[in-house]
Amino acid sequence: MTTQNQNEAVPHPIVGPANGSARTRIFAVGRAGAAVAGELMRGGFAPDSFVLLNRNAAALAQSAATEKISLPAARQRGAALGRGSTELPSRIKKLCAGADWVFVVAGLGGRTGTEFAPLVAKAAKEAGLVALGFVTLPFDCEGSLRREKARTGLEALKAVADGVVCLPNQKVCKLIEENTSLLDTFKVSNGLLADVLRGVSRMVMSGGLIDIHLTDLCMLIGGQQAESAFAAAEVSGPNRSCEVVEKLLAHPMLDGGQVLREAEAVLVSVVGGRDLAMAEVNRVMEQVNQHCENVPVVMGAAVDESFADRLAVTLLASRRRSPAGPALESAEVSSEGSDLPSRRCETDLESQLLSPTTTLRPHSRMVAPPPEMSQDGMQRLLAQQNGATGRRRKGSAKLRQAQLQLEIVSKGRFDKSEPTIHKGEDLDLPTYIRRGVVLN
Amino acid sequence: MFDPSSIIVGLEIGTSKVCAAVGELNPDMSGLNVIGVGQARSRGVRKGEIVDAQLAEEDVRNAVVEAEQMADVEIRSVFLGVTGSHLRGFNNRGVHPVVSADREITEEDVQDAVKNAKVINLPAQNRILHAIRQHFYVDGQGGIANPAGMLGARLEVDVHVMHGNENRLKNSIRTVKGLQLEVDDVVFNGVASSLALLTNEAKEIGALVIDLGAGTTDYTVYTEGVIKHTGVLAVGGDHVTNDLAYGLKVPLSRAEQLKIEHGSALLDDDCKGRTITISNELGLPLKTVNLEHLRRIMSLRVEEIFQVVAEDVQQAGLSDYLRAGVFLSGGGARIPEVARLAEQVFQTPVSIGKTNSVSGLKCALDQPEFATAIGLVKFGSFKHKSRAAKVNFIKDTLGQLFRRG
Repeated sequence: MTTQNQNEAVPHPIVGPANGSARTRIFAVGRAGAAVAGELMRGGFAPDSFVLLNRNAAALAQSAATEKISLPAARQRGAALGRGSTELPSRIKKLCAGADWVFVVAGLGGRTGTEFAPLVAKAAKEAGLVALGFVTLPFDCEGSLRREKARTGLEALKAVADGVVCLPNQKVCKLIEENTSLLDTFKVSNGLLADVLRGVSRMVMSGGLIDIHLTDLCMLIGGQQAESAFAAAEVSGPNRSCEVVEKLLAHPMLDGGQVLREAEAVLVSVVGGRDLAMAEVNRVMEQVNQHCENVPVVMGAAVDESFADRLAVTLLASRRRSPAGPALESAEVSSEGSDLPSRRCETDLESQLLSPTTTLRPHSRMVAPPPEMSQDGMQRLLAQQNGATGRRRKGSAKLRQAQLQLEIVSKGRFDKSEPTIHKGEDLDLPTYIRRGVVLN
Repeated sequence: MFDPSSIIVGLEIGTSKVCAAVGELNPDMSGLNVIGVGQARSRGVRKGEIVDAQLAEEDVRNAVVEAEQMADVEIRSVFLGVTGSHLRGFNNRGVHPVVSADREITEEDVQDAVKNAKVINLPAQNRILHAIRQHFYVDGQGGIANPAGMLGARLEVDVHVMHGNENRLKNSIRTVKGLQLEVDDVVFNGVASSLALLTNEAKEIGALVIDLGAGTTDYTVYTEGVIKHTGVLAVGGDHVTNDLAYGLKVPLSRAEQLKIEHGSALLDDDCKGRTITISNELGLPLKTVNLEHLRRIMSLRVEEIFQVVAEDVQQAGLSDYLRAGVFLSGGGARIPEVARLAEQVFQTPVSIGKTNSVSGLKCALDQPEFATAIGLVKFGSFKHKSRAAKVNFIKDTLGQLFRRG
C-alpha cells in the first residue's frame, strides 16, 4: 500500500473560490476516473482536490493528483484495503474532511470502478457529505457481461449517492467520426464526462449570481428512478448566446432535443465572464424553454473571471428511466442500504407515481399506539413486518409495469392508425395527460 | 329537365360523415345554386383517410343517393375532396424567359412559367395535387395578377404547390370510381372550405380558414387574394371523444354523446363541481361524470389544435396578415365557445364561417359541416366556367373564320 499524503491534517485543499461557497473533493476511481481527473487537471482544476484510487500503482504514480490510494491487486483479495475492510472507508472519510461535496468519477463495467465507486460514495455519505456520482457505462460492443456488471454497479451507486449522472459510452459513437481511433474515442468520452463535472462544479461553486440550490440539484439528479442526461457547450464570439444553444441541442446526449421534451425537470447553468449580459442569459433560456415547454426548468447563472468573451452552458435533464427489469433490481438494492435518507425509502411505486418534489411527504397525523407485548414478541413481529415489506416491494415493482401498459392503451381508437407526431409529441395521446393536468 | 352539364357535385368523404352537395349553375353562368345535399355516417375512415374501402363505398353510395333524391338529378361525376396527414403544401417560384421577338408575354409563356414552378423534388411516391398561382413577376416587378399581353423579358410566378402520397390519394378516387361515378377533379378539403366561406374581400385582406373535422384539421391562409399557406393536422373531433373516453372512463359512443351534449371549448365558473348523471334507457342512473373534468379535457385538446395551427401560421410568417380574422368550419365549429377560445389563441376576431358566395338551400348553407362539400361545388363551378369560356372562345373564332370565308 503506497500513499503519498503530504497534508494528512484537516484543512484540506479546496477548489474554487474560498469565499465560503461549497468545497469539493473529487474521487477518481479506476483507470477511467484517472483519465477524467487528468483531463480536469489540464483544464485548470487544482491537483490537490483530487483523490485517485487505482489498483495499478504505476498508473497512480504518473498522475499529478496529490492524494493517491493504491488498491490491492485482484490477486491479493482480502488484503488491507479490500472490499470488506474498514480501513478504506475511514481513510476516505478522513480525506473528505473540510469538503462539502464529493464527486465520485468512475467508469463502470470494469473491476475497480464498479466495485469501489459505491464504496467511496457510501463512505462520503457516512461522513455527512453530499456525494454525486459521475460515471460512464461501457460501449455496447463490450459485451453483456460488462454491461450487466456496469448496471449492478450503477444501481449500487444510485442506492448510496445523492445523485448519479451517467454517460453511456455508446452515445459517444454518434459524436465521433467513422475512423476515430479507440484511444481518441475514450478521450472524447472522458472529455464529455469532464465537461459535465466542470459544469456541475461551476454550478455549485462559482457563487453564482442566480444560485442553484443543492436541493434542486439533488431533486434533479437524485431519486432512484431518475436517469440524467447532460450536455455542455462552450462558445465564444459575438453571437455566442445563439450558437451555444445550437451546439447544446446538437449534443448527442440530447437526442436532438427529444430528451428535453420528455424530461421531468431540466437544470441549466450559464457561466460567462464579466461581460455576460442579461440579454444573453435571457436568449439562452428562451431557446431552451422553447424546447421544454411543459417541463420545470431550474436555472443558474454565474460569473467567472477567467471567462473573458466565453459563454458556457451546462444542461442536465432528468427523465424517468425506461421500465421493466432494472426496477426490480433497484428495489432490492435500496432495501439493503439501511443508511439511506428517508426519501429513498419510499417504495418504488410511490416514487414512480409522485413527482420527486412531492415525495417528501409529511407523516400521517394519526399515530397508532404501540402494542403492548414482550421484548421477544416485538422483535418477532418486527422481523415479520420487515419480511413483509420486502415482499411488497417486489410486488409493487411488478405493479408498476402494469401501470405503464395502461399508458399504451390510452391511445384508444387511434391505437392502430398512423401516429400523429408533432415536434416529438404523439398528439394521439390525450392532451391533458401529456401536459400533466391532474383531474382530482 | 336540367342541362346535365350545369350540374356540379361536391363529394367529401369525411371521418364522421360522407357529404355530397349538388349545385346548379344558372343558365347565364352568373350564379350557383345549391339544390341538394346528402349525407351518411362514415364508418370506413380514420384521420381523413379510408381504412375500410367497402364500408366507405357503401357510405358514399348512401350519401350520393340521398343527394340525388333531394336534388332530383342523376349524379354522374363529382369533385372529390381529400385530406390526410400526407398532404403537404409549400410555395415555389417558376421562371420562364420570354423569347418572342416583340417580348410580348403570351398565354403559353404563362403556362410554361407555371409548369416550371411545378418542377420540384418530390418523393418518388408523391404527386402534385394542386399548383395554385399566386402572383406573377415581370422583369422583377411584382404583384401582377395576369401578365398575358404585357411586355417583358423574364416572367416569374409564385405558386402554392400541394402534394401528397399518390397511392393514398388514389384510394378515395378508386372508392368513388367503384360506384360508377366519374371524378372530375381532386381538391384539398381545406381549399374547398375556404372557397365556400371567404368573400373576395376577406381573401384580399387576409384570412385563415380552419376546418375542424372529426379526423383532421385542415387550414388555409389567404392574403392578397391568393392562397399563401395550407396545412393538415391529423387531429380532430375524434381525438376529443377519445380523450373524454379515456379521461372520464366511459365508452367511446358515450363520450361522443357527452361531447355533443355537454361539451364546451372554455371552462366557465358555473361548471365547477357540477356533475352529469348518465342514465340508461330505463332512466336508471349508471354513472356520474364531473362536468369540469369533461370541459377541461375538451378545452385542452381544442386549444392545443389551435395552438399547433397558430404556431404553423406564425412560422410561415403570416400571423400578422390575418386582418379579416379566422373563420371556423366543420363539425368542430359547433362546439360552444369555440370562437372565444380561438380568439384567445390567435388574438384576432374569429367567426363561425357562413357560406356566402352561393345561394340555394338555406338549411345547407348555414351549417358549418357542409362548407367543404359546398366549397367543392364552388371549385367545380370555376372549372366549369373556364371550360365553358374556352369552348365559347373556340366557337367564336371558328365562327369568325367561317364568316370571313
